[in-house]
Amino acid sequence: MEPTIIGRIGYAFVSLFVITNYGLLLIGSMARISAKVQGRVGQPVWQPYIDIVKSSAKRNSIGHGAMFYLGPVFRLAGGVGTYMFIPAVFGSVLFRNFSDSGDLLLVMYFIFFGQLGMALGAGEGGHPYSAIGVSRGLAQMTAFEVPFALSVIAVAAQYGTLDINAIVAAQQGGFAHWTLATNPLAVIAAIVAFLGMSGHNPFSVVIAPQEIPIGPPTEYQSNLLGMLQTNRAIFNGAKLVLYMNLYFGGATNIVAMVIKTFLIYFVNVFVGQAFPRLRTDQSIRFFLGAPTLVGIASVIIAVI
Amino acid sequence: MSEKKTIPAPLANEGLPPEERGLFCDAAPREYEPARGAWERFLNWARSESLWLLGFGTGCGAIELRPLMTSRFDMYRYGIQPRPTPRQSSVFVIGGYASVKTLKRIVRSYEQMMGPKFVLALGSCTINGGMYWDSYNTIKRIDQYIPVDVYIAGCMPRPEALLAGFQELKRIIKSGGGEGQNEYARNFDWYKANQKKVIKDWNMPDYNW
Repeated sequence: MEPTIIGRIGYAFVSLFVITNYGLLLIGSMARISAKVQGRVGQPVWQPYIDIVKSSAKRNSIGHGAMFYLGPVFRLAGGVGTYMFIPAVFGSVLFRNFSDSGDLLLVMYFIFFGQLGMALGAGEGGHPYSAIGVSRGLAQMTAFEVPFALSVIAVAAQYGTLDINAIVAAQQGGFAHWTLATNPLAVIAAIVAFLGMSGHNPFSVVIAPQEIPIGPPTEYQSNLLGMLQTNRAIFNGAKLVLYMNLYFGGATNIVAMVIKTFLIYFVNVFVGQAFPRLRTDQSIRFFLGAPTLVGIASVIIAVI
Repeated sequence: MSEKKTIPAPLANEGLPPEERGLFCDAAPREYEPARGAWERFLNWARSESLWLLGFGTGCGAIELRPLMTSRFDMYRYGIQPRPTPRQSSVFVIGGYASVKTLKRIVRSYEQMMGPKFVLALGSCTINGGMYWDSYNTIKRIDQYIPVDVYIAGCMPRPEALLAGFQELKRIIKSGGGEGQNEYARNFDWYKANQKKVIKDWNMPDYNW
């Protein structure tokens, strides 16, 4: 039975709640896995929850003007907006979100909307390190967007649609139907872009925790920081679900969703622990080199 | 401590040129009432289990923080992690002796931290001046300038001693004793007078919000 619009909004809240918790546990578990690689015990898996409670429980907070407060709001809107237009579980009423209201271009727009909003907010913070972080972040974003966009074009051309539901539907019926099997070059370009998008090593210079304090959110504290931390979980979840849908055949139940997204995110940790950090100019050259060529090749394969 | 006053005076920001005064805060810090009962106990538990320390090595003792982060001592398992900006950190580790020049930066960084904030002073130099007790350019007791929650004695204290200090700090926070921010606000004039007594070239705002 088709739920009413109120019912769908209710389902969307449940879906958002699930992805927030999943995202937080994912961040916690990946930090613990990284620690094991480094020979440490590592933080508890639930540490992100404690951090958010702690940040939100700060007793005072400072602001630098309206745009400063709007930065995290835009970021959160970007994260929630991205997730709301992607079906988390194919064919599920509960996790369908509002995927039939928007298409792939809208989702791509939402991915970058948050970062631009954050750039404006962080700029008003007035801290020079925020400005450096923003300029590095936007420069790197412009670069990894090229292979990502090419790969999305390849997928759209291959399936002849921009509707994410239709793209997932076309990949049903086993591994041989996944984009991973039908157009592996598009997946390679997209995964490399994903490394840049996630900001792990070797593309972590944006938030470079030691050289430029924490990047754009240098001035953010207290509940604003709590909001950014929550968004990090939602946004990670949304990006993973998008990748799963576009390239790895989507998921027909929540267990498949968890396994697939975990493995996609694990690529970050795997690469991040093996490679040192690149400078901004090096990462821009990297993204505009081989990944872009692979992306162009994937478009050509899809069109032919 | 007998000179402590209770009523904060308005700040003049006299160290700044007149055109810059408008850019900085001119109100003294105020005290913040803790929440009540089980809720505050829960928040204190969260604060104690998520200690973000300000990665600002103020003295030679900061060298002891590095082994803490790496695999041998691994402070992350206790919920402790470094944070490079004072806005986001909640623990300030004073890494040993503080020269007058560093004290300026310590005061500015401490005031920029969001409360509740805690200070962990490490090494003998922060307690009584240590081997620099007769130096012309270092301060002897850090708690005359900012409120300190835990002292860790030694020259140098080992990373184990630091971890023990962090556990003690956690115990203090959980018992509701980590109110250094309110103590600083309550005795603001006394702390400011002490700071200005040693920092001769006071060219910064009186309070860095």
